[in-house]
Amino acid sequence: MHKPNDTTRRHFLSLAGGAAVVGAVPIVTLRPAEATPAMLASAIRNVVGEAAVRTGKIKLDVPPLVENGNTVPLTVSVTSPMTPGDYVKSIHVFNEKNPQPNIGNFYLGPHAGRAQISTRIRLADTQKVVAIARLSDDTFWSASVDVVVTLAACTEEVI
Amino acid sequence: MASALINVPKTAKRSDIIEIKTLMSHIMETGYRHTATGEVVPRDIITSFTCRFNGTEIFRADLFPAIAANPFITFFTRATDSGKFEFEWIGDQGFSETASASIIVE
Repeated sequence: MHKPNDTTRRHFLSLAGGAAVVGAVPIVTLRPAEATPAMLASAIRNVVGEAAVRTGKIKLDVPPLVENGNTVPLTVSVTSPMTPGDYVKSIHVFNEKNPQPNIGNFYLGPHAGRAQISTRIRLADTQKVVAIARLSDDTFWSASVDVVVTLAACTEEVI
Repeated sequence: MASALINVPKTAKRSDIIEIKTLMSHIMETGYRHTATGEVVPRDIITSFTCRFNGTEIFRADLFPAIAANPFITFFTRATDSGKFEFEWIGDQGFSETASASIIVE
């Protein structure tokens, strides 16, 4: 269709079209091995310490294409029996390109019955959102979703 | 009082899992925005949300500027006894609000 060294505009358009097509499919993308920006990585490190983070068990629901980054619905759910012996201790949500890497920390317990939280977040740019769950056995599980944002939040001018 | 919206079922069967929805009216100013003259608008956010049931903490959240204005948080809990849910929001510039809701468990 086009050579890799083709003009930037055509390349950009095909990329944008591809992104829109990918974005239209409501599937959670899991990309464990991807290099994350330093701030995101250090924020995650602050929570998990030296423990390994595996992908799975956790599901992150965010619209793949967002018109207004000022309010983006987000739901995180974790597959867990939520019994006193096996439950979710906390859920941590991070982003890649907002001024701060943290979005929220949510602390649950076995009495929650269902390990699921929802809130509304801000996204300053098209970026990756990462959710990490800490289970009662101190293992960490993550999921990430790429979100395309058309109107950015957080840093716009006050009118 | 008008600033908080709480949605808790009035009644539930014992050991049912119930959903609790909360909304607190707040601007959640990020501290990263500038006015037209270039001054930074100081940060003013809710930093902490806690829910207690009959005095015991059942849910807590740390909030950051990336939480949208009027923080809306939903979570689940298992109905064990009749009692009272107490909600507390704490934030910058001395912000502190509470709300409560009762449930009857049959």
